Amino acid sequence: MKEVTIISGKGGTGKTSLVATFASLAQNHILCDADVDAADLHLIMNPKILEQYDFTGGRQAIVDHDKCTDCGLCRQYCRWEAIAESYTVDSILCEGCGVCVYFCPEKAIDFPIKTCGEYYISETRLCPMVHARLGIAEENSGKLVTQVRKTARDLAEKKGMGLIITDGPPGIGCPVIASIGGSSAVLVVAEPTVSGIHDMDRVLDLAAHFGVPAALCINKYDLNVAISEKVREYAEKKSIGFMGAIPFDPAFIHAMVHAKTLLEYDSNSPAAKSAIELWRNFLQFVDNGY
Amino acid sequence: MIISIASGKGGTGKTTVAVNLAACLGENAILLDCDVEEPNAHLFIEPEMRLSVPVTTPVPEIDENKCNLCGKCEEICQFKSIVIVAETVLTFPELCHSCGGCFLVCPEDAIHERPRELGVIKVGQKDGLEMVFGKLRIGEAMSPPLIKRVRGYESVDKVTIIDAPPGTSCPVIAAIKDADIVILVTEPTPFGLHDLKLAYGAVKKLGIPCGLVINRADLGDDKVKEFAGDSQIPILMEIPFDRKIAEIYSRGGLLVNEMGGMKGQFLDLYNKIRELVQSHSGSGL
Repeated sequence: MKEVTIISGKGGTGKTSLVATFASLAQNHILCDADVDAADLHLIMNPKILEQYDFTGGRQAIVDHDKCTDCGLCRQYCRWEAIAESYTVDSILCEGCGVCVYFCPEKAIDFPIKTCGEYYISETRLCPMVHARLGIAEENSGKLVTQVRKTARDLAEKKGMGLIITDGPPGIGCPVIASIGGSSAVLVVAEPTVSGIHDMDRVLDLAAHFGVPAALCINKYDLNVAISEKVREYAEKKSIGFMGAIPFDPAFIHAMVHAKTLLEYDSNSPAAKSAIELWRNFLQFVDNGY
Repeated sequence: MIISIASGKGGTGKTTVAVNLAACLGENAILLDCDVEEPNAHLFIEPEMRLSVPVTTPVPEIDENKCNLCGKCEEICQFKSIVIVAETVLTFPELCHSCGGCFLVCPEDAIHERPRELGVIKVGQKDGLEMVFGKLRIGEAMSPPLIKRVRGYESVDKVTIIDAPPGTSCPVIAAIKDADIVILVTEPTPFGLHDLKLAYGAVKKLGIPCGLVINRADLGDDKVKEFAGDSQIPILMEIPFDRKIAEIYSRGGLLVNEMGGMKGQFLDLYNKIRELVQSHSGSGL
């Protein structure tokens, strides 16, 4: 079984629209939405939820005011300044480290496990899908990413499916690290802007840091052809597989508005044709390497 | 005044709004790029850098000569960054949240704190505009502590403009908490709307007033405007999709310098932001 993760560093380069497009092209596959912070793939895939699970992340300190003697030790030890003078814990600042709980001489601090989201196994018109919803302003998104990917792997194994296509989050921090570790390959979606190049460079460094094979493609290449050419040269210089370039095409937005994949919306659009070729190249990369 | 620019969805134009707003205000503003995973604002401002400060977080180091393997550090650590295996204390510094629990609990004084590198903070200026950005080390998972350190450069005398990271979880919270106002930048697409709702939920949870900027306002549908109307979020600015704007952005240009009328539009945005903040502080929010 292979798992490919689509990432970009910079947000809004078209990861999710491309993942949905690949879902129309791949066979014997599962979709996995690892962008749990701002999950969008379900807006195109319209999944029917078959199984739903609570995601429990960290713990949270809660002071029992009947037992608290206002001794101040917890406030002194808390490095997050999460405990107010009134000895109430700010749930947003609390890191869940439990130092206050451990040292409270009155055992006046409870430390319950928090439910910070949900994850789902679903069926869609194209393939099974595993996805999640992280509660607003919750933490532990990396842990939820790990949970979602594990669920997708178990499901793929159970159903005898050979490929998982994972939609990754933007950035290079905790949820991205959680979404690429152990992946067969990542596809980096760059855009031809100074920000796009800067962020692509960092996320490729991240993939190299964790030893995950990486390939590159450009979306909206014609918004700045000169920068797109630089991206190609960069790929060549660094021996990174270049999978293809997709033109700026409002068909992506129209497809999204109609909750369709690009191929379902208009398989003859210029972007669709480039995406088909891109997917073919990437599958070869995954099977044979660069 | 602290203005935080956030979005939920990535790539909607946070940085465009932040850098153009900051460039308009010039020496009256300080721009903090808190998208430390992928900082981009400096590519547009091109500041002359005068400082580069390494930022670290304390993680445990075990003195094996003093350690008697009592196991208290393993017990207190909620993040599995200290584990005792076969009479050896193993530490996993990359999992450590720097709570200091192990250090406090050790009865043998066998744990010291050593720094783990989170990244760097860079400080510079361009034409009187001060700019600070954080850059997370490749491989470092935790951005909130670095974001908090970048926010240490907030100014009381100037308008502080924060370019926040995308999403709705801890890094975003770290970048918008205690701001006077959050400007949510969105695009009128189903993804933009969905993530706007999440970001708006986070802003509401923190009790911060907010306003909306709709970018590429003529692509997509009307549902973002309907949502803004229903939720009574004021729309402060609309930027149309224009290949010229996309081209200026792509090479790192500033709209306020290169497109007629843009400076006026961004100053207008600033005035609306100021009025909004004043109306909220007047009503006790």
